[in-house]
Amino acid sequence: MLPRGEDVARGALRVSGLSVHFGGLVALSEVSLDISAGEVLGVIGPNGAGKTTLFNVICGFVAPREGDVLWRGHSLRRTPTHRRASLGIARTLQGVGLFPALSVLENVMAGADHRRRSGLLSGLLGLPRADRDESELRAIASTMLERLDLAEVAQRLPDSLPYALQKRVALARALVCEPQLLMLDEPAAGLDSGDIARLRELISELKGSMAVMLVEHRIDVVTELCDRVAVLDFGRLIASGPPEAIKSDPKVLEAYLGAEQPYA
Amino acid sequence: MTAVAHLIARLEAARAGWLRLPRQTLARHLVLAVGFGLAFYVLSVYISPYRDSQLATAAYYFTALVGLTVLTGLNGQLSIGHGALMAIGAYATVLLIGRAHFALVPTLVAVTVITATAGGVLGAGAARLRGPYLAGATLALAVGLPALADGYPGTFGGDNGLTVAPPTPPASLGLSFPLTRWEAWIAGVGALVAFVVVANLLRGRAGRVFRAVRDHEVSAQLVGIPVARTQVLAFTLSAACAGLAGGLYVVVNQLAAPGAFQLSLSLSLLTGVVLGGLGTLGGAVWGALALVFLPAWATNLSHAISLPTNVSSNLPLALYGIALAGGMLLAPRGIQGALGRAGQWLGVRLRKSTSNEEGSDEQDHK
Ligand SMILES: Nc1ncnc2c1ncn2[C@@H]1O[C@H](COP(=O)(O)OP(=O)(O)OP(=O)(O)O)[C@@H](O)[C@H]1O
Ligand SMILES: [Mg+2]
Repeated sequence: MLPRGEDVARGALRVSGLSVHFGGLVALSEVSLDISAGEVLGVIGPNGAGKTTLFNVICGFVAPREGDVLWRGHSLRRTPTHRRASLGIARTLQGVGLFPALSVLENVMAGADHRRRSGLLSGLLGLPRADRDESELRAIASTMLERLDLAEVAQRLPDSLPYALQKRVALARALVCEPQLLMLDEPAAGLDSGDIARLRELISELKGSMAVMLVEHRIDVVTELCDRVAVLDFGRLIASGPPEAIKSDPKVLEAYLGAEQPYA
Repeated sequence: MTAVAHLIARLEAARAGWLRLPRQTLARHLVLAVGFGLAFYVLSVYISPYRDSQLATAAYYFTALVGLTVLTGLNGQLSIGHGALMAIGAYATVLLIGRAHFALVPTLVAVTVITATAGGVLGAGAARLRGPYLAGATLALAVGLPALADGYPGTFGGDNGLTVAPPTPPASLGLSFPLTRWEAWIAGVGALVAFVVVANLLRGRAGRVFRAVRDHEVSAQLVGIPVARTQVLAFTLSAACAGLAGGLYVVVNQLAAPGAFQLSLSLSLLTGVVLGGLGTLGGAVWGALALVFLPAWATNLSHAISLPTNVSSNLPLALYGIALAGGMLLAPRGIQGALGRAGQWLGVRLRKSTSNEEGSDEQDHK
C-alpha cells in the first residue's frame, strides 16, 4: 500500500468509486478521479450526465451511496459543507447564487467570513477587535474586487448588475476564500465572447496556484484551459485524458452524438 | 427656497463636523444611546403620568420588536410565538422578584438569560423547520404556553396570574414623583440596552451572516457559514430580547397573567415589526408606537360609533389586520421604508430647486 504522503504529493483531491442515486435514477456510478494541486481539470458531458452532482458530492450537499472523497488524504465523509470551505474547497453555482440583499462588497466579505478571528460576543458588544476584523475583511474583499475589476460596483446590489458582472462577483466570492480547489460550474454560460475572453484569462492566471475543476460546455474553452478532461455520460466516467486525445475518443463522440448540445 | 437650502447646507456641515458619530462600533452606539436616552428623559418629564405609562409600554414593545427584527427581518425566520417568549420572561420575573426576592437588575439579567436559553432550544428545533412549518410550530407555542399557567395554578396563579409590588422610585426623586415615569425610565434603559446590542450586531459581521443565511442558504454554506447554527443563534438572541421585554412588561404592569400573552400579542408584535419596517431599528420604533396607539384609537373609535362590546374588544386586532394589509399595499417596506423614500424624494426636490436657481443664469445663455 502506498504511504499517505503519496496522496498528498499527488494532489489535492481523490474521488473514488462514487455512486449517487436519486430514487431510481443513477446520477453517478462508480466515478473515480484525481486532481493534483495546480491542475485544471475539465469535466464535460451531455445535459444530465452528473457533472453538477459530482460537484455536489465534493462540496458536501449530496451524500454518496458508495465511495468517498479524499481531500489531501483525509476523507470528507464527516465534514459538513460549511467546514469544507475553510479546508480550502470553494465552488460557484451553475446559476449565480449571490445574496440579493447584500451589496457586492458584502457578498465578497461574506465569502471571506471564515477568515475572521473575533467571536460572537465581541461582535455583540461592538468591541474594537470585532471592528478590526471587519476592516480586515473589508480590505481583503476590496482587494479581490479590484483584482476582478469590480471596484466600481462594490456598493451596488447584485440584481442591478448585468449577468456577466453578477457571475464575476460570484467568482470573486469564491476566490476570496483563498481556495486550494475551485469548482466552477459552467462559468461561461450566458456570457458574450468578450466576457468569455476575460474569464479565460482569469482562469489561466489561477492555473498553478490552485486546483480547478471546470464544468463547461464550450469545447474551445475546455481545450485551451484544461490540462486534463474527464467525460461523464449517464453518471459514468467514460473517458479521461488530455483534451486533444478526448476530442477524438470514439466513446466521447458517440456520447455526444444526438445530444442536443453540439460538441463543437 | 434659498433659506431651506441654506439650512440644509448648515445641517450637512454640522453632520460633517461635531455631529459625526465615532467610527468605533461600541462608542458609536453608546453615543447614540445617550442621545436617545436624553430625548426619552426630556419627553418623559414633560408628559403626563398617563403618557408616561404609554411611553413605558412603547419601550417594552420596542424591546420585543428589536428581537423580531433580528429573527424575522435579518434572518428571515417567521415566529408567531414571540408573545409566548415574553410570557416566559414575565413569569420568570414575577417568580424571581416575588418568590426568590431578587433585586430588579439581576432579575432582568437572569430573565434574559433564561428566555434566551428557552429560545435556543426552540431555535434548535426551528432550524429544521422551514417557512410555514416554523410558523406553525411557533403558533402552537403561542397558543399552548399560556394554557400551561392554568395547568399549574399553584406555581403560576392560574387565570388570575401572579402579581408583584411595583418598583419604588428612589426617595431622592421626591415623594410626588409619578410611578409611571419611574417605570418608563426602567423600561427605557432596558430598551436602550437591547438597542445597543442589536445595533452592534446589525453593523458587524453577524448581521451580514444572518442576512446571507436568509437570502441564500446554499451559498451561505458554500462560503463556510454554518446555516443551522446561525439560525439557532438568531432565535436565541431574539428570544433574549423578548424575555427582557417580558420582564419590562412586569415592571410596568406588575402582573404576569395568561390573558396578557394570548396569541393576539404574538400577532400584534408581528404586525408591529412589519408595519414599522422589517429589519431596521427605526422600524421597531415606529412599530412600537403603532402598537401603543392603534389599540387606543380603536377603543375611541368603538366608543364613538358605540359598537357592542364583543365587537369592540376585537377591534384592535381587526385594525391591525387592516393596517397590515393597507400598509403592505401602500408601503411594502413599512413606515421606516416610506419615511426613507419620502426623505430621499424631498432631498432630491430641494437639491433640484436650489440647483435650478443657481444654474438659471447658465440656462439663459444657452
Ligand atoms: N436533487 C436531485 N434529486 C433528484 N434528481 C436529481 C437531483 N439532482 C440531480 N438530479 C438528476 O441527476 C441527473 C444528473 O444531474 P446533474 O445536475 O448532475 O447533471 P449535469 O451534468 O450537471 O447537467 P447540466 O449540463 O444540465 O447541468 C439528472 O438526471 C438530474 O435530473
Ligand atoms: Mg449541471
